[in-house]
Amino acid sequence: MREFGYQKAADVSGAVALLDADPEARFLGGGTNLVDLMKTGVERPARLVDVRELPLDRIEVTEDGGLRIGATVTNSDLAIHPEVRRRYPALAQAVLAGASGQLRNMATVGGNLLQRTRCGYFSDVTKACNKRVPGSGCPAIEGEHHNHAILGASQHCVATHPSDMGVALTAFDAVVSYETADGPGELPLADFYLPVGDTPHRETALPAGALITGVTLPSAPVAAHSRYRKVRERASYAFAIGSIAAAIDVQDGVVQDVRLAFGAVASRPWRARVAEQALTGAPADAVSFAAAADAELAAARPLPHNAYKVRLMHNLVVAVLTEMVQEVAR
Amino acid sequence: MAPETSSAVTLNINGEKYTLSVDHRTTLLDALRERLDLTGAKKGCDQGQCGACTVLLDGRRAVSCLQLAVAAEGREITTIEGLAEGDRLHPVQQAFLDLDGYQCGYCTPGQICSAVAVIEEHAAGWPSAVTDDVRPEAGPAPLSAEEIRERMSGNLCRCGAYVAIVEAVGQAAATAADRIGTEEVTAV
Repeated sequence: MREFGYQKAADVSGAVALLDADPEARFLGGGTNLVDLMKTGVERPARLVDVRELPLDRIEVTEDGGLRIGATVTNSDLAIHPEVRRRYPALAQAVLAGASGQLRNMATVGGNLLQRTRCGYFSDVTKACNKRVPGSGCPAIEGEHHNHAILGASQHCVATHPSDMGVALTAFDAVVSYETADGPGELPLADFYLPVGDTPHRETALPAGALITGVTLPSAPVAAHSRYRKVRERASYAFAIGSIAAAIDVQDGVVQDVRLAFGAVASRPWRARVAEQALTGAPADAVSFAAAADAELAAARPLPHNAYKVRLMHNLVVAVLTEMVQEVAR
Repeated sequence: MAPETSSAVTLNINGEKYTLSVDHRTTLLDALRERLDLTGAKKGCDQGQCGACTVLLDGRRAVSCLQLAVAAEGREITTIEGLAEGDRLHPVQQAFLDLDGYQCGYCTPGQICSAVAVIEEHAAGWPSAVTDDVRPEAGPAPLSAEEIRERMSGNLCRCGAYVAIVEAVGQAAATAADRIGTEEVTAV
């Protein structure tokens, strides 16, 4: 590991100033991804600016009935918060489905959004990877890609974003707040992650040196009836091979409002807007759910070893929405 | 100007203060084992995947292999060495002994530190990924074997002593609940 300097940031402006002064500096939150990547040499910062103790650790109900979540709130504190569990149960479920109890106690909301892909080629500095070394190639396309992207990928990178939390946040229109040396800013999560294209090394639209200060969820009554379901290769403590955050409001058998986002299928949490549009105003039945899933997945471009994900996501949409509608009917 | 790459830190471990100079690259796990002779926490994978290095930070379980020592200053660190009171084992330690919750023992300190926190998390009403209804109105789920397996899934045991580990955690939780007298715990 490269030697590095370390400073605890005293406040948000101090943290941003420290990063602004050193282009090789990185913010340290819980460290569960960054420290791991430093050990393998994927990340080689010259300085760490520790932001974990900044006073960004609160969860507050906003005036409109949404939530404002501080960037240093840990995954555990997010998942156990009564207002998260009451207003956005899929968000609590998503966080609980990720990592282990130990890691959830360390990891932070800001860090979760900025965690890197778990693509094995990205993590291995002896291999080519366009995300790590632009222009070096993408061995996953011809190689090991059974858990890679089926939506929104490119010939330059087929890696997925590993977050569970981000999938639920995407379904509920989260907005990311940040601070830079030039002042504060906001980015809807829908615009936060950049398209892969030929620049997979550029992952977010955050300005250079920006510190995420929090995430705001607008009020979403539909989210009170929401669910996160994650499919993985073992029962617990593994990344998803496909996941879904869903919320649905049905009246008189007709879909009034629906939210759908997919995980483990793209370089970012994938908001399924095509499926949502197909469903709004449609009968709340398995035929509609299947048609909506097919409409969304028409854009899928699977590789030889991950084509199963198209059927997996189709089945997840139908199963989860059917289950939720039946529960309300009972 | 190149930054300083080491610092003097004071770590509060098991109620005692230790002051040492650390290269910033030093993890808490390496500081415990290689500098302070607290070798209870074990190095398994060294990448946050196995749980053998689990300790408590401010009362919450964490993997010490991904925690930088320099960043642990000011926190209350509890290791396996700090759980017993003199010769009296912590109830979770005693339950692992009573029920043979191990084979080779390498993962055991991490399993026990994790279990101590699992029991407290459950008693505090934390839901898990297998909790049917996470809404607060639903109330806490009983600490069933399924809940224990999910909550302990960050601790791997390559001997496969899981059956007895789950029993030990369940027994320790039931003992703790009896002591408090307020917790509903199902027999495992």
